[in-house]
Amino acid sequence: MSKTASHHPALQHYFDDLKQQHGAATMGMWAFLAQEIMFFGGLFAGYTVYRYKYFNAFVEGSNLLPIAWGGLNTVILIASSFTVAMAVRCAQQGLHRSVFNWFMATMVLGLGFLGVKAIEYSHKYHDHLIPGLNFQWDGPMAGPMKIFFSFYFVMTGMHALHMIIGVGLMLWLIPKIRAEKFGPQYYSPIENFGLYWHFVDIVWIFLFPLLYLIGRHL
Amino acid sequence: MTTTETPASPASAGHGEVNYLNHEYGIKSWLLTLDHKRIGILYLITTTMFFALGGLFAGLIRLELMTPEGDLFQADTYNKLFTMHGVAMIFFFLIPSVPAVLGNFVLPLMIGAKDVAFPRLNLLSWYCYITGGTLASFAIVAGGVDTGWTFYTPYSSTYSTGFVSVALMGVFINGFSSILTGVNFLTTVHKMRAPGMTWFRLPLFIWAHYATSLMMILGTPVVAITLLLVALENMFGLGIFNPELGGDPILMQHLFWFYSHPAVYIMIVPGFGVISEVIACFSRKAIFGYSFVAFSSLAIALLGFLVWGHHMFTTGQSIYAGMVFSFITFFIAVPTAVKIFNWTATMYRGSIDLKSPLMYALGFIGLFLIGGLTGTFLSTLAMDIHLHDTYFVVSHFHYVMVGGMVMAYLSGLHFWWPKMMGRMYNEAWAMTGAVLIFLGFNLTFFPQFVLGYLGMPRRYHVYPEEFQILHVASTGGATVLGLGYMVLFVCLVWSLFKGAKAGPNPWTAKGLEWEIESPPTPHNFHETPIVTSEPYAYEEEDVLLADKGSH
Repeated sequence: MSKTASHHPALQHYFDDLKQQHGAATMGMWAFLAQEIMFFGGLFAGYTVYRYKYFNAFVEGSNLLPIAWGGLNTVILIASSFTVAMAVRCAQQGLHRSVFNWFMATMVLGLGFLGVKAIEYSHKYHDHLIPGLNFQWDGPMAGPMKIFFSFYFVMTGMHALHMIIGVGLMLWLIPKIRAEKFGPQYYSPIENFGLYWHFVDIVWIFLFPLLYLIGRHL
Repeated sequence: MTTTETPASPASAGHGEVNYLNHEYGIKSWLLTLDHKRIGILYLITTTMFFALGGLFAGLIRLELMTPEGDLFQADTYNKLFTMHGVAMIFFFLIPSVPAVLGNFVLPLMIGAKDVAFPRLNLLSWYCYITGGTLASFAIVAGGVDTGWTFYTPYSSTYSTGFVSVALMGVFINGFSSILTGVNFLTTVHKMRAPGMTWFRLPLFIWAHYATSLMMILGTPVVAITLLLVALENMFGLGIFNPELGGDPILMQHLFWFYSHPAVYIMIVPGFGVISEVIACFSRKAIFGYSFVAFSSLAIALLGFLVWGHHMFTTGQSIYAGMVFSFITFFIAVPTAVKIFNWTATMYRGSIDLKSPLMYALGFIGLFLIGGLTGTFLSTLAMDIHLHDTYFVVSHFHYVMVGGMVMAYLSGLHFWWPKMMGRMYNEAWAMTGAVLIFLGFNLTFFPQFVLGYLGMPRRYHVYPEEFQILHVASTGGATVLGLGYMVLFVCLVWSLFKGAKAGPNPWTAKGLEWEIESPPTPHNFHETPIVTSEPYAYEEEDVLLADKGSH
């Protein structure tokens, strides 16, 4: 077990070898993602209860959300999943320059997503649809409408917070990529970032139809 | 004075010995440490502070209940007292105590690892704990929280007093300490075991922590998002749990108990792990039915997620759901009983050495048994209608949490204290503490079963006069209990300065943690150990001792 022969600079002293360290990092990341699933799971559970209870209000609320912006963001995130997957692949092959380029592409797409989200939020502000700030709804079902928009803002807000953390992680990793710290021997931070980013994408893949596409028969 | 002679440690020259406590000094070397042993000590100090704080609130509650009138505190103050007692004890003592103190210290040692898999996350978990604890303490000082530790809406939303959000954020942040510990332990057990340490050679303490980690990872985030929603509702009036807008406060209870029932097992299952170690060591026998004890921890972790509805029998949930929850609640008693039977079977015909860790473990078995059996009263639907929200419930969960979990924690603390500190405590005083705690505990909480059965509701500071005798008995018991904790505290602190040096293995116990120095060196093992024997090989002790002559 104790391979002391090749001592990689990234190998922490409490691991025997890079293989063990990589296995631990990967497993820890998956355990963390399981935690994330349960975190969003609580929100999805609450959403399900109220969507069942107040279906008509949810349809009405959903129809106020702009499919075009939501659809654009879906495309952006799927594209960013591709770029981050390429970054992981290039890191495994030791193509330092390409890792950097794919990371920058991912970052631009992530920021683009957040920009679109900001535009949507500002529209909601103008339409007086932000609970806690300026929510006003004069029609029937005002209560359930407010609940729908509460879910909309908490769910997309939590998702956006995860995106912002993702961008922060990229800013932390980019200097290390420039310093060529990752390669075929050691790429778990890049790979785990990829797992995180894919997870955040998948959350959006669920959020988009659940929030934007209720009762729309195109 | 004790005259216990302990075998000298290999390098007992005194000064030359480098261990994790003396290899660097200064506040910075502690606050920025990545050593799992030092982080365990940090947790030991801070959880003890919260235990003292929670105990203080408990003392004030018992003082008020000496008389039927509300003469010491206003009703509002009393509400704050029991809330803060619950918040401090559950979130900041019971949940972190065994995993974060004992688990952090001995889990890597037991599996032959140099540290946990993610030492920096481990330190971060302590900072999450401290940040959460600071926020909660601020809420206490600034004005108090009066919702009950469960933060039920609308107490915590529509009718909240203002500092509820701060307390909620404190508990929310503290949750990440639990999650990070869970992620760390899970990964450590999977990936960091020494060569030869197969899954079925793992000490049962490790199995218990493995099961606990699963619950921490899968349960804690649910309460985190729930409390976040309550805090947002409190601050921005979201309405998700507000019936005026069509929201459902019962949904909050469902989400809350989905975590908080498993949380009960997050508290108690690591304690089960401690008891397995202690019983085996002081009975000089291998644990009876090792694999049953190991798998019963996992069974509890699984079933623990399916019983939350038994907290809500009186909320108007569907009677059919109630029946299912009731049945599963009875069913979860089975893996728990498996453990109790196996521990007693382990002791049967063992060479019992009645030292203070075993004393606590025996106290645990008796008290936890009462706590567990009264739990089956409460899982009976019809009985629960009568007993719900009475002192019967209060007594039941104190028998499980204090009689069970705290006794297990103290058992483990006494067991591993010589390993952690390198010193022996005075056995006679430790025994005195254990006996006082056992007697005081029973005197405090047994009368509360009777009170609850007679109809005394929980969370009231005024009560009919005929209940006074039982309340006075309970307060008297609490005094003895408090005295017991003081004796224990003084005894352990005294040992740090005056205790005899503990050798590597004062109990001649089995396990990798007993094969290294006390206190351990910063990197635990001089070379990676290779495990060749089964756990708890106490019966082959003579043979093994002969083999290890050179050690």
